[in-house]
Order: sequence, then structure tokens, then C-alpha cells
Amino acid sequence: MPLERADIENIAHLARLELDEADVASYARHLSDILAFVEQLDAADTADTTPMAHPLDAVQRLRPDEVSESDRREHFQAIAPAVEDGLYLVPKVIE
Amino acid sequence: MQIASATLAELAAALRARELSSDELTRAYLGRIEQHDPRLNSFVTVTGEQALAQASAADAILGRGEGGPLTGIPLAHKDIFCTDGVLTTCGSRMLANFTAPYDATAVANLQAAGTVLLGKTNMDEFAMGSSNETSHFGAVRNPWDTERVPGGSSGGSAAAVAAGLVAAATGTDTGGSIRQPAALCGITGLKPTYGRVSRYGMIAFASSLDQGGVLTRSAEDAALLLGAMAGFDPRDSTSVDTPVPDYAATLGDDLAGLRIGLPREYFGDGVDAGVGTAIEAALAELRALGAETVEISLPNSHLAVPTYYVIAPAECSANLARFDGVRYGHRCDAPRDLEDLYKRSRSEGFGPEVKRRIMIGTYALSAGYYDAYYLKAQRVRRLIGDDFRRAFEQVDVIAGPTAPTTAFRLGERVDDPITMYLSDIFTIAANLAGLPGVSLPAGFADGLPVGLQLIGDHFAEGRLLNVGHRFQQATDWHRKVPQAYA
Repeated sequence: MPLERADIENIAHLARLELDEADVASYARHLSDILAFVEQLDAADTADTTPMAHPLDAVQRLRPDEVSESDRREHFQAIAPAVEDGLYLVPKVIE
Repeated sequence: MQIASATLAELAAALRARELSSDELTRAYLGRIEQHDPRLNSFVTVTGEQALAQASAADAILGRGEGGPLTGIPLAHKDIFCTDGVLTTCGSRMLANFTAPYDATAVANLQAAGTVLLGKTNMDEFAMGSSNETSHFGAVRNPWDTERVPGGSSGGSAAAVAAGLVAAATGTDTGGSIRQPAALCGITGLKPTYGRVSRYGMIAFASSLDQGGVLTRSAEDAALLLGAMAGFDPRDSTSVDTPVPDYAATLGDDLAGLRIGLPREYFGDGVDAGVGTAIEAALAELRALGAETVEISLPNSHLAVPTYYVIAPAECSANLARFDGVRYGHRCDAPRDLEDLYKRSRSEGFGPEVKRRIMIGTYALSAGYYDAYYLKAQRVRRLIGDDFRRAFEQVDVIAGPTAPTTAFRLGERVDDPITMYLSDIFTIAANLAGLPGVSLPAGFADGLPVGLQLIGDHFAEGRLLNVGHRFQQATDWHRKVPQAYA
């Protein structure tokens, strides 16, 4: 099913991307090609197949709920685009 | 000693015998980088000053007769591995200003082994590409023919090792990103079993597939490096808690009785004639060493690339959601509101291939499509894994070409994503099944290197490196260096 301009705009919004108007058509073409390509999977009989989430079928390891890391806020905030008083700054969210 | 073609093993021996100092070696590589890299573009960052300081510290250790086999050996890391205090870009404008605040475990392990960090290598943006052309820092050129691609995504690491700008480099492999560039550049590239090398500090692309590994001149070098890099890491929840064997100890094992499976799906029409001829000759060499080749079938092979192009984008869309312009990385100028901040920072920070994959993944995971795409792909992934499980009941290793063609021309496939994706047709299945794979230099077709891929069962890295080492004792393809860099 080829994707239309409106589909691309919706997907871009869900992915929090803003596309140049001029590029939408080429994204629509490439994404439609990729989806058509992966449609080959439909032909595979997987009725009795368990999905594989992990190649060794491992499960999530648990650890005791103990503090193991030290506070490195200043170190991490040294590379942030905008901080003030130990907080990350973003445009105003609540009026 | 010829630095350009020297192996880690030879360099390590020379360092320990004090025939060469780490300082001299580091300066020699820095000189070669200065001379050749303006053309190849294989490094994003060269850490010259830091490297010389580390080299001098290594020389002091070696002078006392201390240290291990890697003490004083210069290495380069793919720019996907976080390096404390050093720029870590992942080939993206998004992280063009990102100085990592910590070391990846793989980096820390190799540093603890005494290696010297020479710099960070160029790569496809966020490791998404098979030609190294999606890098924000420009394409890397193949030292065998600078009008051609080195492969990707670890193209910078592959080109740098092939040109002798460094003896070995790290890489990551999500769908072939170590093995395919190793093949196209005529070097050795090992992708270990999923979980063998810690993913901590390795910038995530597709978390159920990503695996760190090495690009080296020889299988022996890969054994040396993997032994130091691998191991359980409590900081990576998918790291495997299994002891790391002594890979060097089994390198020389006899190949008599080794059963090599040749999947009929990896031979035939889809493979360039010159590649096929070189692979046949390599297989004859392995038979002469005592191995037996057996035709096998991996019947779901044709589904590997489509499966990957659901799973990898889905996981990438989730992983790359973290790049939002808030805590680190690129932020747009003067955002109007929070949504504008997210959207413009991401749109300016990511290149077209990364955007394509994020959007495919977002679509595949969106309401109403999850079962049809992601869950379906995970089911087919099981079929592909089962093919290998059955194959390894019959054979010890599986062999075939690493890539269907030799290095292609720069620009040749950039506007055609599907053709580009099919460059990885023989490498992707090993990632889906979590299996180790190695690409070995196996000759040339029209002057361009051909790679022989060996795939092993889970944790059979030692076996793969053993076969690789015996093959390399009988051949000299891995010693070839392009003339302009010899």
C-alpha cells in the first residue's frame, strides 16, 4: 500500500520530525518502496512460530534495588544545550 | 618493520623486545594519518596529544618489563563508542558537539589492556548505511580505489586498517557493519555472538542486533583484541555472563575433519562472478587444510533482509527518540515551544537515511500495524534462527561470500535504498540469529578485495578465528596493502 503525502506527514509528526515540503514526495516514494519490499514476509507461514525478541532467548536480568551510581549531574549538564540552577531549560510548557 | 602491513601480534612482539617504542609507533601512525587521511577521510577525530601521553605511559610500563600483549598498541575506535572527554559524533550532526562524559565498557576494557587511543573513525550516521556515505562528516574512500566506497557502517575503521593508518580498530555490526566493510577493504572483521561484547556506551541503533567487534589485519589479531574487549558487564542488561575463552590458545588447532556448510542460497545468481571464483578458491584451500565442505540449505535466507528492515528501524525509532535537543546534542535556534524544539532539533540533526528508518520504524510500531509488521518480523526471525540451529546440527561452520559484489562506486547506490540494503544480504541473518561471523580476505576480483564469510554457532568465535588463522597461514591475502599506502 503506497503511502500518501498525508501518511508521511502523520508519521513524521509521530516521530517528531519536520520534513521540508520539497522532500515529502521522495520520502513517500522511498518509504512505500521499503514497505512493499518487506511485504515479502506475508508469504512466510508463521502460524505456529513464537516471535523471537532475543537471539539467545534470554530474559531481563534483575539486580538488587540498591544505589550503585554516584551523582554526576554537573558533569552531565556540562554538555547540555541550556541549564540553570541544575535544571535543563526548555521553552515554557505551562502558561 | 613495514608499519603499513604489520599485524598487532608483530607490533606487540617488537614493543616487548624494545625494538620499537610505543611513542615511535604512535608517531608513525599519526604521520601516516596526516599524510593519507585528507584523501581517505577515515577519521573524524585524531587524538594526537592524548595518544602520545598514553604511549609514553605505556613505554614506562614496558620499560619495567611489565604490561600485557596490548600495552602500547595504538588503536582507533569507531565513533559510536563513547570515549570520556573525547568527541563522540556517531557520524551525525546531532552529536557533532557531543563530548562523551564516560567511556564505553569496550573502550575501558581495551584501555585497561594498555592500548593507546589514536582517534575516532568515521562511520555511516548512527551506523545506518552500507557505504559510509551517510556520514555527516562526508564519505570515506576505499584505499584500494578511492572512487569506491569502503563499505559501512564501520567504513572509517575498515579503510584506516586497510591503509595501515592503524593496525586495528573497533567496529559495530547490526546487519553486517563490521564484516561487509572488512570484505570491501580486504581486511579481517569479526562480529561476535550477540551479548559477547558489552553494549554499554555504544550508541544504540537496534538493540536486539547491535554487537561490538573488531577490524584487524589477521584472525590472530582479532583473537588478541576480542579477548581484551569481551566479557560480562553488569551495565549492559543483555551482556552474557559466560567466561571469555583464551581465543589465542586454539588458533593453531588442526582443521582435519572440520565440516563446513555451504548454504546453496549464498551461492549462484546473486553473486558476482569474480567474487564467486575467489570464494571457490578459498574453499579449495580450506579443503586442502583438511576441512570437508557440505552443501546445506538455509531456506528462509531470502527473508533476512526484509525481516531486518522491520526490526532494525522499529528499534531505531525507539532508541533515537532520546535525541530531543534537551540534555545533549544538537538544539535548534530559538524554539517557539517544546514541540518545535523537538521537531526542529531532530530534523536539523538527523540526515535523510536516519529519518527514513525512524519513520519506517514509527510506522511499523504504530497502532494497528504492530502485529502486521514487528510481530510478524519477529516470527520470521525465529524461522531464520531455526534454519541455523538445524544447520549447526550437521556442520561446524558455515561459509560463503561476505558480500555479493566488491566495492561499488561512490554515489552508485545512494538514491536507491533497497539496492543499498541488499549489500548486506549475506551478513544480516547472523545478526538476526545472534551468531558470530568473520570476514576474511580471500583474494581479488578486478583488483578489488573479496571477503570470505564464516558463520559459527553461538559463542564459537574461537572456532571461527581458528579456521581464519589456519587459512591465513596458508594464504597471504591478509598481508596485501594497496600500493599507494604500502
